[in-house]
Amino acid sequence: MAETTPSGDNTLLRETVSAREIGRMERFLGPENYRIVMGLLKTPASIAGFILIGFFILIALAAPVIAPPVNAKDPYKIPRDGFKSEPQPMGSLWKTKQPPLPFWWESIMGTDQWTHILGTSQGQYDVFYGIIWGTRTAFRTGLMVTIATFLIGIIVGSISAYYGGWVDNVIMRVVDVFMTLPFILAALILATILTPRIGKSLYPAIIALITFGWMTYARIIRGDILSIKERDYIMAARVIGVKDSRILFRHIIPNAIFPTLVLASLAVGDVVLSFAALSFLGIGTEVGYADWGQVLSFARNWITSLDTYWYIIVWPGLALVMYVMGFNLVGDALRDVLDPRMRGKT
Amino acid sequence: MLTYIIRRLLMVPLLLFGVTVLIFAMLQFLSPIERSALYVRDIPRNDKAVEGIIKRYKLDRPMHEQYWFWLVGTVDASTGKRAGGILFGDFGYSRTGAEPVATLIRNRFPNTLDLTIWAVAPVILVGIWLGVQAAVHQNSIIDQAARIFSIVGTSFPTFVFGLLMLMFFYVKLGWFPPGRMSDASSIIVRSEEFHTYTTLLTFDALLNGRFDVFLDALRHMAMPILTLSYISWATFLRVTRSSMLETLRMEYITTARAKGLSEHDVIFKHAQPNAMIPVVTLAGFSVILLLGGVVITETVFNYPGIGQAAAIAAAQLDVITVLGFALFNGLILIVSNLVVDVLYAVVDPRVRLS
Repeated sequence: MAETTPSGDNTLLRETVSAREIGRMERFLGPENYRIVMGLLKTPASIAGFILIGFFILIALAAPVIAPPVNAKDPYKIPRDGFKSEPQPMGSLWKTKQPPLPFWWESIMGTDQWTHILGTSQGQYDVFYGIIWGTRTAFRTGLMVTIATFLIGIIVGSISAYYGGWVDNVIMRVVDVFMTLPFILAALILATILTPRIGKSLYPAIIALITFGWMTYARIIRGDILSIKERDYIMAARVIGVKDSRILFRHIIPNAIFPTLVLASLAVGDVVLSFAALSFLGIGTEVGYADWGQVLSFARNWITSLDTYWYIIVWPGLALVMYVMGFNLVGDALRDVLDPRMRGKT
Repeated sequence: MLTYIIRRLLMVPLLLFGVTVLIFAMLQFLSPIERSALYVRDIPRNDKAVEGIIKRYKLDRPMHEQYWFWLVGTVDASTGKRAGGILFGDFGYSRTGAEPVATLIRNRFPNTLDLTIWAVAPVILVGIWLGVQAAVHQNSIIDQAARIFSIVGTSFPTFVFGLLMLMFFYVKLGWFPPGRMSDASSIIVRSEEFHTYTTLLTFDALLNGRFDVFLDALRHMAMPILTLSYISWATFLRVTRSSMLETLRMEYITTARAKGLSEHDVIFKHAQPNAMIPVVTLAGFSVILLLGGVVITETVFNYPGIGQAAAIAAAQLDVITVLGFALFNGLILIVSNLVVDVLYAVVDPRVRLS
């Protein structure tokens, strides 16, 4: 546009720009990213997704109030009501070691006796407590894995794209190799190897999911950087002699990062699926840790009587499905917004 | 196209090297004595014998030497027998399976293959057809249902879906039992008259003309098949649909219509072949999904395939077995990716003619 306007007189340019009101938000994000955000906020499906995610964030934040822990230092341990193996039905009374009553209990339930709202699973672990605190586990694992894989992906992808040539070639072949193993199996192996070495906790599974989860981000950011590298303003920066590292960090990455960032934030749901699958198989946390997959895995020993004990799979299963669906609804809308054919439309 | 295929073939040894290095690297987390399960059956308890084994199988040597022996194994000078050597198909000894890992895979893989064939074939045949229908009749019921189904489907963890299936179809209704086959058909399969042609139970049953065994096997596989494939149904349908929609908007389709071709020819002869290109990529991707999926599915339904064996081994921290499965899966994926890429060249004229 600059060529069409004679120098010194750029009224035409000024008019074209001011024809549209540019909000603060749009100036901050840039037009392309602004379009992505607005697209997400306008689709009903993604609004439903945001509501679901918000709901779970609230539960995670309010966990100590909704279900106060018996031992405040170790809240992720699901309190047990005795040691009998057979699950107890929903609404049965809490007999031994009652945890403190939450503030809302008496006014809603009309009693000062803790009951197992959603029943107990094998070994008398309280299902309700497991679901509430499991929300925190879901966010913790999801965030940790997503942030780590995102950072690794960004670093590897930008090195690969910026240097190109043989560096790019070698890195991309390494990515291919990492992608050759089925994700869940690869994570299963690494978690199996790590568990005896660093002990039963969240970490073997988290490290395993990070090790085999960064490749997609590396590929996406690489593609975005490759296209941005060719833009005129990068050439301009080169011409005036800006340092390589400054071009990469100040000019390329900030402009290329946004789609990957949004994708990554939505992967928080997917990570939880893989994590739950691992802990369902008995890899990762110790028995009784507040984690949805763990609570579900108790059901494996009660398959033939699932019609009686349906609550040990339906409730944690519902929490897991709703949580992941929240992210998927937003993700589905995002795919439409990011679709290059949609560019230019709002 | 020939150069493309040759270039692609040259990638195979590179990938094989990469995957073996990756798995070998993970083996390094184990202590030398744990690694000796790669070569010997029973790990002795006394220290002297242990040291002897470590020396004999070079478990204390530098990395590159160890890697080489892991690949080719060592030949015992006195007996002339080879121990270890993944290139010769010896993946070590499985503690949880109580047999060599290679034998364990050989015994169980046919069951997994049988299951995956039945899970994939209907998806490819019917799923693609449904996707085309959803695109041709845009915004119809199929179209909307496909979208909802795919969002709900991808949010549903395999094991939750599997457990719910068990709850309804096995415990409540008693239609489909878990496991591989009933006792009655197990007797038939083990009897003299039942010949093994393919080692895949359903196909053998058909070839032997035993429809009762075939139906019994299908009855046991119904739930695993559905659990393994519901995500594929959703994704195949959607990808076919969007790719078909895009193709139908192209100008050459308008040209074909203007020429006066029948709508049937326009859709199935002009549009569909081009719309299949992304679907082929997806097919390759779904092999990865399936191989991961069998681990959970087989565990939930107690189906004796390689996935269940891997899950059992992992739960008991039997690393040698799990790594053996990883290696095997890696091989399958390298081959299937190769097939997909070649197929890609066949369906996509841009690749074929360049």
